[in-house]
Amino acid sequence: MNRKLSFSLGALAIFIMLLGPMDFTPFGLPWSGLKTYPTYALTLWLVTAIAAMGVNLIVGYAGLETLAQAAFLGIGAYTSALMHRNGVPFAVCFLTAGAVCFLVGIVLGFPALRVQKHYLAFVTLAFSVFVWLVIRNEEWLTGGTESLKNVRRPVIFGISLQRPEIYYYWFVAGVTLLLAFLMWWLIRSPWGRAFTALRENPIRAESLGIDVRGYTLTAFAIGSAYGGFAGSLLGPLIGILDPNSFVLSKSLEYMLIVVAGGSGYFLGPFVGAAVAVLLPEWLRFAQDYYLIIFALLVILLMAFFPTGIVGLFERLTTRARRPHADDKGPTLGGPSLGTPSTPAGSTTVAGAKT
Amino acid sequence: MSTATAAQPVAMTSQTDGKVLEVRDISKSFGGVHAVRGVTFDVREGEILGLIGPNGSGKSTLFNCILGQLTPTSGEVLVSGRSVTGLRPSELNRLGIGRTFQLLQVFPQLTVRENLILAGQEHEGSRLKRLFGPRDAGLTANANRMIDFFRLGHLSDEKAGGLSYGQQKLLDCAMAFMAGPRLVLLDEPAGGVNLTMLGNLKERLQAINKATGATFVVIEHNMEFVMSLCTRIIVLAEGKIIAEGPPDTIRKNPEVIEAYLGH
Amino acid sequence: MTDFVQLVIAGLATGAIYALAAVGFTLLWQTSQTINFAQGEFVMLPAFFALAGMKFLGLPFPVAALAAILLSMLTLGVLFKTVIVDPLHKQGTLPLVISTIGLAILLREGVKEFYSAEAQRFPSFFPDINLGTAANRGGSGFNVSADQIGVLIVATATILLLAWFLSSTKTGRQMQATAQNPTVARILGVNVERMVMYTFLINGALAAMASLLISPIYLAKFSSGETLGLVAFVAAIVGGFNQVRGAIAGGFLIGIADNLVAAYVSSTYRQAVPLAFLVLIILVRPQGLLGRAEERAV
Repeated sequence: MNRKLSFSLGALAIFIMLLGPMDFTPFGLPWSGLKTYPTYALTLWLVTAIAAMGVNLIVGYAGLETLAQAAFLGIGAYTSALMHRNGVPFAVCFLTAGAVCFLVGIVLGFPALRVQKHYLAFVTLAFSVFVWLVIRNEEWLTGGTESLKNVRRPVIFGISLQRPEIYYYWFVAGVTLLLAFLMWWLIRSPWGRAFTALRENPIRAESLGIDVRGYTLTAFAIGSAYGGFAGSLLGPLIGILDPNSFVLSKSLEYMLIVVAGGSGYFLGPFVGAAVAVLLPEWLRFAQDYYLIIFALLVILLMAFFPTGIVGLFERLTTRARRPHADDKGPTLGGPSLGTPSTPAGSTTVAGAKT
Repeated sequence: MSTATAAQPVAMTSQTDGKVLEVRDISKSFGGVHAVRGVTFDVREGEILGLIGPNGSGKSTLFNCILGQLTPTSGEVLVSGRSVTGLRPSELNRLGIGRTFQLLQVFPQLTVRENLILAGQEHEGSRLKRLFGPRDAGLTANANRMIDFFRLGHLSDEKAGGLSYGQQKLLDCAMAFMAGPRLVLLDEPAGGVNLTMLGNLKERLQAINKATGATFVVIEHNMEFVMSLCTRIIVLAEGKIIAEGPPDTIRKNPEVIEAYLGH
Repeated sequence: MTDFVQLVIAGLATGAIYALAAVGFTLLWQTSQTINFAQGEFVMLPAFFALAGMKFLGLPFPVAALAAILLSMLTLGVLFKTVIVDPLHKQGTLPLVISTIGLAILLREGVKEFYSAEAQRFPSFFPDINLGTAANRGGSGFNVSADQIGVLIVATATILLLAWFLSSTKTGRQMQATAQNPTVARILGVNVERMVMYTFLINGALAAMASLLISPIYLAKFSSGETLGLVAFVAAIVGGFNQVRGAIAGGFLIGIADNLVAAYVSSTYRQAVPLAFLVLIILVRPQGLLGRAEERAV
């Protein structure tokens, strides 16, 4: 796909996304837009996509594993909601939510990544459980299992986003576009190149002067901050914060969302979030079993198309246009665990399983 | 041959008697296996030193100890008179030491040019500038020069994964030179490379050496290649140095012949 | 003081169960490079096999328990290896990791939807009597239930049997060789494929044992895998990855700490014990208590 075409398509998609749910009947057009609930579902999709973009940076670009994105959403959601309730402007609440998660990411990632990259998975796993315990037990702060009620939507330039539903949708869509642009900038910058390098071959990257540890940690912290941003938007969307929205299994779901969509692809998180959030709304009959079906789908995807839906789509379109095109998508993850792609010169590192 | 300026090039001062690299009594054991046993040697500025020895003689382990990939059990490494033992590979690289690996180590998903930009970007400016500054870190021109120098011009926008083995080897070398290092350690640069490409490679290495005065240490099994490229050769067997000298002397050294035939 | 001793005994009993799960997890990681994020669910599921056997087939408990162990070896061992691990190993580390995460969700939701979302009572192998000096449970004096002692004995015996098998039989030693270095093991003539399969079978059996022993204490619930998995991973890391005995030590340690923290510090933060251990070990001794220091791998 050439650049001009994909730019036009992107602009068109954004245009439809913004105006599609709107009611055009006042203008005499036969489209009454989306009702409150579908608009709410679309907003939830965007919020999920923001958090998933963060996971994609960590998993798809930097080749790490994080099992705490829901916990970061929780930290962001409660931080933002509690500040906002005490009269702090929403913009400040939003930025603080991201900043807090960034810092927590540094504190969490620093010791874990000092050992080896898989330790991050275990540390984030344990951290998820811990955050959930805090949210559930510290009732004075979070309301505990009684949940934090009446999380208000912000007032922007004198306009309350409380209702109609589409106002908050537009607000979230604007924030999503901004965050997506920042992410796009990041992965196209030399940092993004360094992330790709440390995912593909950390040893070679290190030998080229790339501070693998520093970049890895930064990727994790930024990805976690996106979780905080998403959390800050999630509270006002739902209007109530409950500990069960931030349990470990939600964090696991974010991993599945990203790889289902296509990890390492810019659009992967959006597609993955659509499969996880929008599709079940549509497939109402399967709702109880949706998570089971989704998990099965992901396992099948991993076995046959590990590049996810976007990767599969790209492969199909490239195939159609160029019959002899090589079909290498971005490789998933780093070198495999058992046979690290270390130079044979350091086969002496064998025995040290990393 | 123009090279990018290294962030902190190692000053080649005269009080080190022109020694770029000093390896002092390096030993490395894994559990009970002594891979390298008390190796000591110097590398003088501008020379091309060959490091040869039978398989399993500890050459690559020695490289990895010098380059911070492994921590030596004992001993010390000095670069231009300064102790660098225990530094991380990335820190050593930013001090002006480049390397290539025995097996192919390019980034297959990046294009040839991107591979080279990547190899140079950490030597340019601050990390913040790398985030907010230009996408190529201002290195496109340098990368193109390197591409031309290694005669990869027609491939600059191809993904590195799609190149032939020999072309990837050249790219691998080019990456090591991208940041204008003073010292480069090459681990079997000729391994698996066809004859034409081999001549090309040797000639390019000699040209860089002549143009920039960069110092090379080369591990190689291809005797023809080593003997014609290097000015001095060190022979390693069972983790120890058994011979040292100019190519002609080494060729005739009975101990060396014994070490090779014995294996 | 008697409180303390009681807590330690209770801790040893749960710790022995944790050790079973942790040993299986370590063996899998070592021999087949499979980081099994569904290990907790593997410990959750077999209890439901037994419950289903009793409920739908009317099997007596011992028969249902035995059937659960065999079924676990088949599903969590053979099927897990052939259907999930083998095809996904080719795709690399991340797809495999993701698949075990997907499997965790699948098993958890499956039990919730197809069996029950409620915690289930689970029968014990051991009589409900107090072996201590107190007249009855909860009375003052020394409380040790036959259940705790029974669990401790069965779990420890299982571990000892496994340790004996690994160190003293030919197959066991071949499995250890495979775990340490598959390439060398293959050169030495070990049938690596078969050893890996044995590891999966053993993991299935260990998970089933752990499940049958822990469910009477903490009830059988679809979501219990979260905590159990976490404990297994952390026990393995705390003990040191390159050692099976490390996982055993880690399991006991967390079991005891778990009970002591619940009693003396805060019962609400009991589940944070693994995180505390994990952070502590990473900061102080990253190679684990019994592990050997590993070479820096960038």
